[in-house]
Amino acid sequence: MRLVAITAAIVVAGGAFAQEVAPTDVSYGEYGAVEASLSGAPGNAEAGAEVMSQRSLGNCVACHQVSALGDVPFQGEVGPSLDGAGSRWEEADLRGIVANAKMTFPESVMPAFYKSEGFIRPGDAFTGKAGTEPLPPLLTAQQVEDVVAFLMTLKDE
Amino acid sequence: MKFTMTSALAVLIVSAPMAFAGGADDDVLSIDGVEMTSKVAAPPALAETGIDTAISGWHFREDDTQAMQTDSFDNPAMLAVERAADVWNTVEGTEGKSCATCHEGPESMQGVRAVYPKWNETAGEMRTLAMQINACRTENMGAEAYKYDGGDMTAMEALITVQSQGMPVNVATDGPAAEYWEKGKEIYYTRYGQLELSCASCHEQNYGNYIRADHLSQGQINGFPTYRLKNAGLVQTHNRFRGCIRDTRAETFSTGSPEFIALELYVASRGNGLSVEGPSVRQ
Ligand code: HEC
Ligand code: HEC
Repeated sequence: MRLVAITAAIVVAGGAFAQEVAPTDVSYGEYGAVEASLSGAPGNAEAGAEVMSQRSLGNCVACHQVSALGDVPFQGEVGPSLDGAGSRWEEADLRGIVANAKMTFPESVMPAFYKSEGFIRPGDAFTGKAGTEPLPPLLTAQQVEDVVAFLMTLKDE
Repeated sequence: MKFTMTSALAVLIVSAPMAFAGGADDDVLSIDGVEMTSKVAAPPALAETGIDTAISGWHFREDDTQAMQTDSFDNPAMLAVERAADVWNTVEGTEGKSCATCHEGPESMQGVRAVYPKWNETAGEMRTLAMQINACRTENMGAEAYKYDGGDMTAMEALITVQSQGMPVNVATDGPAAEYWEKGKEIYYTRYGQLELSCASCHEQNYGNYIRADHLSQGQINGFPTYRLKNAGLVQTHNRFRGCIRDTRAETFSTGSPEFIALELYVASRGNGLSVEGPSVRQ
């Protein structure tokens, strides 16, 4: 059983993604930074912009205003504007903030997008019914990398 | 992150893409010409929260939604109130009684909504208004209990609530209520679900701010039951709690559960002093 699961995982993951880091294995620095790519591959900024805008994906604009995503309606004000985030932070910082913002900002209301367990009354997505940990993280390793790549393009003028 | 009206306006002018900005408005809520206390100095339950004014959710809604609540003829919830007024006089159950048999007219219920949830000494339990309605039905009328959040129950709640419109919410939190209140407070500050958000994350730390298209209020319950335009129907406090917890990607509690009874008491106490405003209208 175990053997089958492992080989299946290798087949699915394939060459480029072989070094994917599981949510429970992410290593955070003292201030919450994550040095290495979670997927083992570089991110795609254009895909990242999509993840940040879509309600069903990252929905980052629910809380953050991003001028570069100006055509996305109803940008929220719960978190700070992300304009210039790529100048304020290193790539490793941004990866850590997206994966689990509480490692950088303790008590933050910002959800952890790459975390699978340790929740109180975890649900099955938005059904209101119980979910079973480990839950799929809110974003995949590659989606986190895509978002980080997009954030890195948000430079001060 | 609290915006005052002036800074909100500044944001609106400076950043063109943002079509809105936060804060409670300065409008006055009158229902059929009677002015409501929709903002009041923070009651004791808000001590240590940093909130100095309890504010009705009405102040965070769009003008057209607000307007529907200012005149009973425009308030779609009043249809349910009328329906319940008929039920009030209808004999049901094995004892051959109606509500009117014991209570005379619905106006005898004035002041009731304002103090619920309330400790019931005889039963030795904390009772929400819905629980009290069902206790009357089963024990005094020999009738069947209503479904906790069904249409009949919510309509009857609305009829009873409207009798207290304009009176200050005044739930007791001491004596036997204290342990329920503590339990409710603990739930209020627990960060549930995969999004790890508590009631306080949205309604204490961020009221006045927009979360996507939603303008966050303090999550007060002085307007319940509420006619929600989105559902085209009346919803109860516990339905709203469920929806908010579900939105954190958590397993919710059930309507009528001990957890929600405690939470209702606690949340009600955060609005002590606000006028009973129900049935209100929300988007
Ligand atoms: C529920 C609200 C919420 C959501 C959703 C959210 N954030 Fe945040 N975020 C915050 C808050 C609040 C802060 C400020 C840090 C703190 O809590 O002190 C923050 C901080 C940040 C920062 C650092 C800000 C700076 O430039 O100084 C970045 C970068 C960031 N978020 C990116 C994201 C991305 C990317 C997503 C989606 C994948 C996202 N956030 C989703 C609330 C949110
Ligand atoms: C993810 C953010 C979020 C969380 C967490 C949350 N809510 Fe809400 N809540 C909302 C939004 C959005 C609305 C609709 C706008 C408004 O009235 O604030 C709302 C509305 C309400 C209302 C209706 C207010 C009115 O005037 O009609 C109540 C009551 C309420 N929430 C209570 C709670 C309680 C209690 C909890 C915790 C169990 C909670 N909420 C958790 C987002 C949230």
